[in-house]
Amino acid sequence: MGRSGKFLKIFAVTYLIFLYAPALLLPIFSFNSSQIIAFPLSGFTTGWFKALLYQETLHEALKNSLIVAASSSIFATILGTLASRSSSRYNFPGKQFSLTFILAPLVLPEIIVGVSLLIVLIQLGLPLNLWSVVLGHTLLIMPFSILIMNSAFNNLDISLEEASLDLGETPIGTFRRVILPLVYPGIMASLLLGFTLSLDEFIIAFFLTGTETTLPVYIWSLFRFPKQLPTTMALGTILILVSLILLSLSEYFRRRAAKSQTSLL
Amino acid sequence: MMFLLSFWTQDYLVLNKTFTLNNYIEAFTQPVYQLLFSRSLYISLTVTFFTVLLAYPMAYFISFYGGNRKALWLFLITIPFWTSYLLRMFLWKVILGYNGVLNSFLLWLEMISEPLTFILYNSNAVIIALTHGWAPFAILPIFVSLEKIDRSLLEASRDLGDGPIKQFFRVILPLSMPGVVGASLIIFIPTVGDYITPKLVGGTDGLMIANMIQVQFSKANNAPLAAALSVSSLVIVAFISIVFVLFNKKYLRRY
Repeated sequence: MGRSGKFLKIFAVTYLIFLYAPALLLPIFSFNSSQIIAFPLSGFTTGWFKALLYQETLHEALKNSLIVAASSSIFATILGTLASRSSSRYNFPGKQFSLTFILAPLVLPEIIVGVSLLIVLIQLGLPLNLWSVVLGHTLLIMPFSILIMNSAFNNLDISLEEASLDLGETPIGTFRRVILPLVYPGIMASLLLGFTLSLDEFIIAFFLTGTETTLPVYIWSLFRFPKQLPTTMALGTILILVSLILLSLSEYFRRRAAKSQTSLL
Repeated sequence: MMFLLSFWTQDYLVLNKTFTLNNYIEAFTQPVYQLLFSRSLYISLTVTFFTVLLAYPMAYFISFYGGNRKALWLFLITIPFWTSYLLRMFLWKVILGYNGVLNSFLLWLEMISEPLTFILYNSNAVIIALTHGWAPFAILPIFVSLEKIDRSLLEASRDLGDGPIKQFFRVILPLSMPGVVGASLIIFIPTVGDYITPKLVGGTDGLMIANMIQVQFSKANNAPLAAALSVSSLVIVAFISIVFVLFNKKYLRRY
């Protein structure tokens, strides 16, 4: 490593510290006993975490969020699996167009997705409730699910499918007993990623929710009360831990999906 | 649907469905919308510029000096971004505020005697927060394009007498331009429409077009105008992106 290499390394480490700094504040201040988020630190407490236990609205929002995240990740994974299955095996007119169309939410600003969905729902006269949020999140997660499932299906050896059909399995039996187990890690990865994305999503939920709030919308409403800041920090610490665990799991399944394909050959 | 709506008008509670361009005329002539559009573009372009500028050396370092720790470095970069976007932006509010973490820390160390105000509830604060928030989206595409560069080209240019600086500008930079263009678009497009960050750290001087769209939708109850603003911002973003890509193609053809 030359002089420029050393210089670059110093830059890289500094940059990394800059990237980590805000997230590190969460655990620091969630255990700090002062109500004001500022230095110097005043003392150690776990009181903010205890306060979380007694907030009814928080529990309600958490329940709503879990319902939304679970249903939208399941819907998106089912639809995504079907879409990538058909696009990886069959050719049909308008395939490229419809795929591009489904992937569009990836590159649109979220506020545009939220606003247009809201307009459509209002024009159709549908009520705004948790299910409209589920609809919005399904739309948002589907592109990710398709991308994950595409790679799972593309790694799948077509001869395995043909072998099973030759050995007398019905197409449905083949799908259930051969294809599904092979792409199973991909499905798990898509479910977990979708769950995490939906749990975090704010703008679409903010626009589409009726009276029931999801967790991010609840956190947003907390920001207005300075008194609640340390509790919010405590809640944030817990959320970071949960999403770290979920995403590590998702990454683990994705790696296994890639590995299981190669080990078969 | 949104496209249609943008040509209608809102008469208190009912929608008037006669075709009109008034929403667009209002969106483009009212000074407040012009200001918001130009501020959104200014913030978003500045953020894109700084993020790419900071991300490039990082990606360069990982690609050329990362050795067998490349995966680890990439992993380290993405970890902080697994946390909620909302929370990260909220943390910037806590950090940059008048009695915030940064000011109180510097006061505590007696490095400053009064809280810094130039990073407080204005567009600078929005720029700092967004530059932080979108970093991995710039590092990853640039890293991928740097990885794709055939290392024998570098040897060739060195053999032909290029110094390190000349080599960087004549070989590495042009070859990694696709990654830079990709990174710029990935950051530019969503940041124009960001709602959370300006609302949290922007104060009144840092509000952007998305905040106005939301206000028109809910408080002002003028959905058609909000739709017109959305469509306009979409068109402006698409236009700038296309110009940017074409400009780059033309520039790259010289090599």
